[in-house]
Amino acid sequence: MIAAGTFNPPSIDWFALSPLLVLLGGGLVLLVAAALTPQWPKHLYAWSTVAIGLAALATTFVQWHDISKDGAKTLVGGALSYDHLALFGTITICIGLCLAALVTDDFLRREGMEGPEVYGLFLMAAVGAVVMVMSNDLIVLFLGLETLSIALYVLAASNRRRVESQEAGIKYFVLGGFSSAFFLYGIALIYGATGSTNFTTILAAFDSVPVHRRDAFALVGVGLMLVGLGFKVSAAPFHFWSPDVYQGAPTPITAFMASVGKTAAFAAMLRVLIIALPNWKDDWRPVIWVIAVLTLLVGSISAVVQTNVKRMLAYSSISHAGFILLGVEAAGHAGASGAGGMPGTMMYLMIYSVLVIGTFAVVTVVGRTGDAATDLGSFRGLSKQQPLLAMALTVFLLAQAGVPLTSGFIAKVGVIKAVVDEHSYALAIIAMVSAVIAAFLYLRIMVNVWLADPETGDDTREPVRVPLSTGIAIALCAGFTLYVGFNPGWLIDASDMVTNVARPLTGG
Amino acid sequence: MLAVVATPTTTWYLLLAALLFSIGVVGVLVRRNPLVMFMCIELMLNAVNLSFVALAKKLGDIGGQTTVFFVMVVAAAEVVVGLGIIVSILRRRPTATADDIAELKG
Repeated sequence: MIAAGTFNPPSIDWFALSPLLVLLGGGLVLLVAAALTPQWPKHLYAWSTVAIGLAALATTFVQWHDISKDGAKTLVGGALSYDHLALFGTITICIGLCLAALVTDDFLRREGMEGPEVYGLFLMAAVGAVVMVMSNDLIVLFLGLETLSIALYVLAASNRRRVESQEAGIKYFVLGGFSSAFFLYGIALIYGATGSTNFTTILAAFDSVPVHRRDAFALVGVGLMLVGLGFKVSAAPFHFWSPDVYQGAPTPITAFMASVGKTAAFAAMLRVLIIALPNWKDDWRPVIWVIAVLTLLVGSISAVVQTNVKRMLAYSSISHAGFILLGVEAAGHAGASGAGGMPGTMMYLMIYSVLVIGTFAVVTVVGRTGDAATDLGSFRGLSKQQPLLAMALTVFLLAQAGVPLTSGFIAKVGVIKAVVDEHSYALAIIAMVSAVIAAFLYLRIMVNVWLADPETGDDTREPVRVPLSTGIAIALCAGFTLYVGFNPGWLIDASDMVTNVARPLTGG
Repeated sequence: MLAVVATPTTTWYLLLAALLFSIGVVGVLVRRNPLVMFMCIELMLNAVNLSFVALAKKLGDIGGQTTVFFVMVVAAAEVVVGLGIIVSILRRRPTATADDIAELKG
């Protein structure tokens, strides 16, 4: 509690904030420099963004060792946390940012929209996402969420020539604002119940607040926050926006949204539920269970009947959100230590981010000028035109289906093992059944790519070309997917460390 | 003249905030004009602000009141972006309601 009239400025550990500062400073410098100079040579905007992303990534690796040595702690008067969970999320976000910028590079030139704005928004969205994964206070989390979301609203509507993009923008905006308001109301009620918005204080307040306040306010507050977070991660029954937005937004933006947006929202969900509210776990865990089951089933079953590949991938992304919720549910069983579920969740997010960017990169290329050729028919006979691209797409789809020797298998094993360890057998079985249903969708795309002949009248169509930057991004994603599939040990070890979070219980 | 029967307590303000929030929710769900839907979202945010202030007063903690400023900044940023998107759509289709903006479905 802060008494009026006293103000002690918090000490600021600049080194611990460096990824955030690099992204923020880089984004501002990029925007200002680009506004003051004439059009830069091609590739330069994208590669500057990649350089900023890599610089932020480099600082996280230094910090990783720093935390391993000196332990986790909280920053800026307890507003942010400096721990392995935050860093793992930051690394995922930086990787997603770099890959998405590479895919966006050629896309913008093809669509005649070359300019620095999209990259500036990418960097600002990444700043918001990093604030979310680092947050140790509900209000800081809300600010990060809004920084990320507002940048994403603009990005979704950024293709001014396509009415679909504008429609995606306004749908995302209205529903995103709607869900943010629910989340904020949840924060207000938790504040009312515990007298603070700080995670550490909320955790400690469980025993000291009067029971009547704890029950009425906190339960409604937790419920409202789950609604808000459920919207952000596109979990059923709050998933309605995501197929429309994923389909309508420019394809590389969809890739960015599905990777960075999801990572930030799930990391925030872990922070809120496991670090701030573990004492209410008996109340929120069954809700997560139900949401996970609904999300898995809705995602995989609705995906099967779609004919537009972007829409299919949107539903597949919903079903992946269901898998990630398994990890959250498993973490809920363990309560404050979040033992088994947290590593699985974070590892799934990293693997899925790379996968989804790779998949949408292929869709970007196949979409051709105008970004409109994303129906299943456009993929027919892709293997005859572009065998390497078809192979990369096959790797991504097999990995999304969870086939062994790809990273997707490691991810799915991670979360399913976590729930089985917590004896949630029913959830594990439902997840596996839904994985089988979802596999049909991936096979359907693959059959079109490899076995079907090109559509008649396809000669008039522009051939599929793979430009340099996008090619590099696809190769990196495919390489990562296969490498992790064959050699997952290092990633599992790294993700196991995310349970080391900043809070008083573990000496942070 | 009627004597004042009761002085407003925190509960009154919280109930008013809940009512305003509900009006906002219903507005978003039933109104079809994008601008009005947007105003309803602002109403929801401001209802939350009212709860924050009421709770901060009750708890004797200044944190809830400062939060309101952050929320106001966020709401202002949302207005800028939201109006930009709405104007760019309405310029293309001046009479569009939320039901007309339906290229994407399935």
